[in-house]
Amino acid sequence: MGLIYALNGVYFAAFLFLTSLGLNIILGVMGILNLAHGSLYAIGGFVAAFLVGLMAQSSLPVMVLVSVLGAVAVAGVAGFVLETTLIKHMYRRALEYQLLITFGILLLIEDLIKLVFGGESRYASAPYDAMGSLDIMGHTYSVYFLFVMAVAGAAGLFIWWLMVRTRLGIMLRAIEMDREMAQAMGIPMRSLTIAAFMLGSAFAGLAGALVVPTTPAVMGMGMDPLIMAFIVVVIGGLGSMKGAFLGSLIVGLTRSFTIAYFAELEMPLLFLIAVVILVIRPEGLFGQK
Amino acid sequence: MKKYILNARAVCYAVALIVLLALPRLVTPYHLTLMESGLSLAIMALGLNLLLRYTGVLSFGHGAYFAAGAYAVGLLYMYLPDHFSFENAMLASLLVSAIISALFGLVCVRHTRVFFSILTLALSMLLFAVLEKAYHFTGGSDGIRIPIPTFFGYEFEGMRRFQFLCGPYYYIVVGIFAISSLVMLAIVNSPFGKALQSTRDNETRAEMIGVRVKRFRLYAFIISGTFSGLSGGVWSFVNGHITPEICNWVFSGEVVYMVLLGGFMIFEGPIVGAVAFTYLRLYAVAMTEYWMLIIGATLIFLVLALPGGITGGIFSLINRLKPKSA
Repeated sequence: MGLIYALNGVYFAAFLFLTSLGLNIILGVMGILNLAHGSLYAIGGFVAAFLVGLMAQSSLPVMVLVSVLGAVAVAGVAGFVLETTLIKHMYRRALEYQLLITFGILLLIEDLIKLVFGGESRYASAPYDAMGSLDIMGHTYSVYFLFVMAVAGAAGLFIWWLMVRTRLGIMLRAIEMDREMAQAMGIPMRSLTIAAFMLGSAFAGLAGALVVPTTPAVMGMGMDPLIMAFIVVVIGGLGSMKGAFLGSLIVGLTRSFTIAYFAELEMPLLFLIAVVILVIRPEGLFGQK
Repeated sequence: MKKYILNARAVCYAVALIVLLALPRLVTPYHLTLMESGLSLAIMALGLNLLLRYTGVLSFGHGAYFAAGAYAVGLLYMYLPDHFSFENAMLASLLVSAIISALFGLVCVRHTRVFFSILTLALSMLLFAVLEKAYHFTGGSDGIRIPIPTFFGYEFEGMRRFQFLCGPYYYIVVGIFAISSLVMLAIVNSPFGKALQSTRDNETRAEMIGVRVKRFRLYAFIISGTFSGLSGGVWSFVNGHITPEICNWVFSGEVVYMVLLGGFMIFEGPIVGAVAFTYLRLYAVAMTEYWMLIIGATLIFLVLALPGGITGGIFSLINRLKPKSA
């Protein structure tokens, strides 16, 4: 059974990694903590569930591809709209205004989702059912879970490649290190911050799209992942990819094993770990200070 | 000039107090209970503003200390019903919220800026999870009912809940609100308050001239948390029922909104904001199913167009109308 719990832990971690990755990019490049990140996750979830419902007759790969890409695209566009209308005014403002505007966006999106998709839960388990399960050392395990892990792994590699190997990534990291200097060097700040915000939003949408085949899309579905992503960011350190990866694994595995053995301790134990890490290393595992 | 402003402020306070005391004769009982809710939340908003305005850190998890105060009342009723009286409930609120905010504060004050906000938020969600999961101890998501208490031995026998809220309890709330506002005003203007502001403006310099930055920030955190706890205790009787939702970070966010709505740069701003928010929210909920849309949109408008909040807007209007020579 231990193996299954470990696999489940990695599966949780895959989601957390996707969610906290987007949060971390936005926090690192723009210095803004996006409280509406969970709402973008919810947008991804609702759009994917809607698309899966539309394409009940299609084959599995088409269904998964279209629903996931559709969700990513809508979340990305939502990110673009938010950045260019509201967030762009906030870079020079004090922290409390930055947090409050994303909090306002969160309330706004919550009701917009209700307005567009209605308040009911949406089920979209078709991809999960169609992928079936396979036998791992005598235990049946859903293929879909493995698929999610693979997607998260691929996304992590993609971001690593983007940040380390491409011109775009180098410019983004330059902004992260020193805004003023980056601007002085002629880096196009406007288009890059828009790109970073869209990228972060798209990742939130991706995570939301991947979750709906296993649990229905419901109102407020973005709240828990947001809090979890915060814990990951706190454990791993602000703006660090390595930190997000390790943090996700720690939180995912802890969650899986505590749910299996003492379900009531799940959340408290997670926070306890986060607090202990912070007391020992206030800047997080890989944070810079 | 300074003396003149102080006197004007004192006159305003006196007028406000008279209006508050006369209010039961002026408005409907329903609006009176809303006012009670607004005034009890104002105590919390004042506490939050001690951190935001005077210490320069933004807590997004003050619901935790509010809940600590409210649950102190609830648990007192559940487990020690013989000792359930208003004065004991308030003592329990103050004590429990002070302890919880001291514990959480120890972790949080090591950080500032975004990290501080994330940490306060995460810790409040920890308490939320505990309150919700510990079903046998706290009633879980069903919450706890809070009955009418005795008040220094006096029993409000035969009184309906509504009568109690519109009659004696209103004056109790106004009294507690007035006292805690004056205490906060004294704290803010004390040497301690000035030292806090020096840590906000320049941490290194404050440290150099001998202010123990982290310790002072911790004291501010505990005072702020205790005000929130008192607010939660007073509010629990107004609402008559408490659930873990008051510990959820969305509630904490609403309180931050109140402070901004009123205007956090002015001492009285959070009070105006808490009362205004209570009414705004009620009308939004009554008007449409999509009330969060309205609250969210007004919040965004406020941040973009009126960052000084209501009081900030009024003051800048007065300054504009004043003749230039003055």
